Amino acid sequence: MNICVCIKQVPDTNEIKIDPVKHTLIRAGVPSIVNPFDTYAQEVGVRLKEKLGGRLVVITMGPPQAKEAIRSCLAVGADAGYLISGRKFGGSDTLATSYILSESIKAVEEKEGIKFDLILCGKQAIDGDTAQVGPEIAEHLGIPQVTYALDIKEVDGELQVKRECDAGYDMISVKLPAVVTVVKLPYEPRYPTYKTRKESKTKEIPVLSEADLTTIDLERCGLGGSPTKVKSTYTPVREKTGVVIRGMRAEAAAAKLVELVQDAKIL
Amino acid sequence: MYNQLTPEIVAQIKAVSDHVFEGEDINPDYAKDEMPIYGTKMPDLAVQPRSTEEVAAVMKICYENNIPVTPRGAGTGLAGGAVPLYGGVLIDISKMNRIISYDMENFVVNIEAGVLLNDLAQDCQSKGMLYPPDPGEKFACVGGNVATNAGGMRAVKYGATRDYVRAMTVVLPTGEITHLGATVSKTSSGYSLLNLMIGSEGTLGIITELTLKIIPAPKKVVSLIIPYKDLDTALSTVPKFKMAHMDPQAIEFMEREIVLASERYIGKAVFPQKLDGTEIGAYLLVTLDGNSEDEVENMIDQAAELVMEAGAVNVLIADTPTRIKDAWAARSSFLEAIMEETKLLDECDVVVPVNKIAEYLSFVNKTGEECGLIIRSFGHAGDGNLHIYQCSNDLTEEEFKKRVDKFFEIIYKAATDCGGLVSGEHGIGSGKIKYLVDSVGETNMALMEGIKRVFDPKMILNPGKVCYKL
Repeated sequence: MNICVCIKQVPDTNEIKIDPVKHTLIRAGVPSIVNPFDTYAQEVGVRLKEKLGGRLVVITMGPPQAKEAIRSCLAVGADAGYLISGRKFGGSDTLATSYILSESIKAVEEKEGIKFDLILCGKQAIDGDTAQVGPEIAEHLGIPQVTYALDIKEVDGELQVKRECDAGYDMISVKLPAVVTVVKLPYEPRYPTYKTRKESKTKEIPVLSEADLTTIDLERCGLGGSPTKVKSTYTPVREKTGVVIRGMRAEAAAAKLVELVQDAKIL
Repeated sequence: MYNQLTPEIVAQIKAVSDHVFEGEDINPDYAKDEMPIYGTKMPDLAVQPRSTEEVAAVMKICYENNIPVTPRGAGTGLAGGAVPLYGGVLIDISKMNRIISYDMENFVVNIEAGVLLNDLAQDCQSKGMLYPPDPGEKFACVGGNVATNAGGMRAVKYGATRDYVRAMTVVLPTGEITHLGATVSKTSSGYSLLNLMIGSEGTLGIITELTLKIIPAPKKVVSLIIPYKDLDTALSTVPKFKMAHMDPQAIEFMEREIVLASERYIGKAVFPQKLDGTEIGAYLLVTLDGNSEDEVENMIDQAAELVMEAGAVNVLIADTPTRIKDAWAARSSFLEAIMEETKLLDECDVVVPVNKIAEYLSFVNKTGEECGLIIRSFGHAGDGNLHIYQCSNDLTEEEFKKRVDKFFEIIYKAATDCGGLVSGEHGIGSGKIKYLVDSVGETNMALMEGIKRVFDPKMILNPGKVCYKL
């Protein structure tokens, strides 16, 4: 099974602070990471590949430094990675981004001489939080999609996907090729070993720009191709009314909680 | 030999403190620390002072009236040190928790003794600094860390708490306030009362303020999870790091069973159980730090080659903040994980020479089997400090204690025989006095008791701990 994993390099939101005066994100000195949901998508992909064989290719759209994100995926099981980077792509919203990615997927298939059976994405990126890009890629490619996957099995050439939903789980069968977006899994993505990490440092990461995507309609890319207009941004007011009970064992903490709730006359 | 609190004495204390608790208002946690097996006892009165002067005023009243006093921080001790064995007054300093100031020219921070280790660590981090001592219990008070000379994960490279205490304010058992040490890098100025106070477990005075050394935080940190087929092979690697001129921040060893229990407890699994076809029996968790990417990359290469040659199955690299946090989360929860799955529990934290760990641990496991006890161990392989837990879910408490006593007698003697000591970092408290006597001998015990009498002529401060039994 040939698998393409779409990833995004995002700021580590655990490290982000907000400028108290300007109310904007302070990005200076904030480390970049692979979007955590994408690391779960990559792990699911690697496990499928280990079972079924095939090739796993990672792609990301972003500035040159996003190569580091690809490199970290190469260290944990990806066979190859492509960076999609071009001046015409800057300022793309989710619609334009998913269009560029869908065109890139076709170009990568050509470069690699394979057809992807499965496109995996994280359910959403932790910076934009839209959860739109994965489903939109499926639409652009005209293939089926399953969102919020927890587990993926291959059965007789189709996928069986366990999907998170409000009531519990859906079990969905889907024909290939398909796009599947992945939630946080019950297991953690593997750590790189020193060998895979070392190998990833020397692997070449090809860059595809608008010139390499021959069939792309540039009108649909970048700011011009993005119907989303940001009118203004603001920091939501955060009222910290919660009480954190920490440094106690479970029984003591529970007793303390009951005491607090009783004091507040909620019980 | 002590007096009981009377309404008059209580009134005197209330006159100098607005933070007094009596009767049912006394927090039941004050009767114990994390090791209730060494005995529990409620204080007759508890005070939660907000200043050194308030501590001193309460202490003075107790001294004049011959009332025993037990100092307490967050109560996370493991040797019964904060338990008021003779009742009396308990002084809880956990509300004295202000980080007072930083002196960035002399690299020190001034704090009140009740600041939690976690809060101090985070505050230093936000300033690009590091307070190197890193005991497993992050919600202990720093004053308690100093009182027990707590060690922790980073002691291999950076040393224990003692190495970071520059000065302190102490309330003596008489109620006098004194200042020990200074913000200087060296001293040859008489007996080091500062160092006597560090590790005295609240028997010589009550530490209320501290001046602590901090260092610029290393720019790059990575952790390595190193799986082995068995513990012996893992431990045989440890001395090789230093022999290869490597200086890891931390080298922890852990056996498979305890890692699995801890991962069950925290609900997150990152340690591989089977790798490259080999069942994993033990792990080392190693942290390397340096000031540039290249420096640390070279260290990773060197460490990886070294451990692979010494029989490691592979080397996993935790190279992002999340991976490092997850790798250490399991290690930090060992005690809670054991407590969760165990009805009766005792522990010891012997320290032995680094090259004796493997031999000593196999002796410990054999002794555990002979005594009919379940043994779980982990610890700081890099400095020979072992945490050995005795667990039971089916013995009666009486039978358990009997077996543990026998077990301790054998393994403490073996530790002393191979050049080790009773406690690496948890302290003696009330639980380990007997073994301290066996280990250091009557002469040294008499010196300790003599020192105790100089500081505390009425023997009212934290009685029944370290060197003095009533």
